[in-house]
Amino acid sequence: MRFGIVRFPGSNCDGDCYHVVKEVLREEADFVWHKEEALGQRYQCLILPGGFSYGDYLRTGAIARFSPVMRAVERFAKEGGLVLGICNGFQILLEAGLLPGAVVRNRTLQFICRDVHLRVENAETPFTGSCRKGEVLRLPIAHGDGNYFADPETLAELESNRQVVFRYCAPEGDLTEEANPNGSVSHIAGICNAERNVLGMMPHPERCAEAILGNEDGRKIFASILNALAGCGV
Amino acid sequence: MKAKIFVTLKSAVLDPQGKAVTQALHALGFNEVRDVRVGKFLEVQLNGVRREEAEAHVREMCERLLANPVIEQYRIEIEG
Repeated sequence: MRFGIVRFPGSNCDGDCYHVVKEVLREEADFVWHKEEALGQRYQCLILPGGFSYGDYLRTGAIARFSPVMRAVERFAKEGGLVLGICNGFQILLEAGLLPGAVVRNRTLQFICRDVHLRVENAETPFTGSCRKGEVLRLPIAHGDGNYFADPETLAELESNRQVVFRYCAPEGDLTEEANPNGSVSHIAGICNAERNVLGMMPHPERCAEAILGNEDGRKIFASILNALAGCGV
Repeated sequence: MKAKIFVTLKSAVLDPQGKAVTQALHALGFNEVRDVRVGKFLEVQLNGVRREEAEAHVREMCERLLANPVIEQYRIEIEG
């Protein structure tokens, strides 16, 4: 499998994603510069990593969304390719309209950098096939703008299509108010598109994907991707 | 010609910055303050475009980049 890790000016989790794909999963990976206009058939999965693309100017992801590479990302997604947006990558996917809704400033106004618990709401996606429905994962978040918002109609659609993939929860899986770090509507931490091939999530699976870091929960996301790609014979 | 653009969060979207500013104003004794919404103000200098065109172009700039219609609303004033 070959992963493309898209680098925007200001991406800063690209190296961690590359490390996980190359050294933990032992798969192929390339950095893809944001000026790239054509990706051909090189990649089975694209990762939009975290960071502060274009300094978060205007709105998070608002300018990166118009980088030349994004047209190729949109084409790749339309053809069913797997796209994973993490943190700023999620924000870019929202701005690009590849996922519905938007994020605004955390309700506490603080940049939050700590572990949170996530409940897997849908284990039937290419990104969560190695998880159980209802399983609780512990992953770190690191963001100032992660407060997910969607209007009531969009929210109802997300719920009825089972596009909410992760929700912030307490360690035992309960959706308590204190467990929602940023004020996201319906505790939403990650969503996929209706076709299930595009996932955006605020927490960072690449930061907890190997035992030496004390937590391997994030590896389940990457293992799921590999299983899904192997399953469809790519 | 100059376009002045005011971008604010829609009323359905919580504005935690506005809440914090409200509290700070209360702390200063301005108890008449009921609510504050924090937004953005952009000034766009325009060249070689007719006024009626300018309005349409600036509207498109807002729709496509300067505001996010999912969470924000905007108001435009054209000057000069």
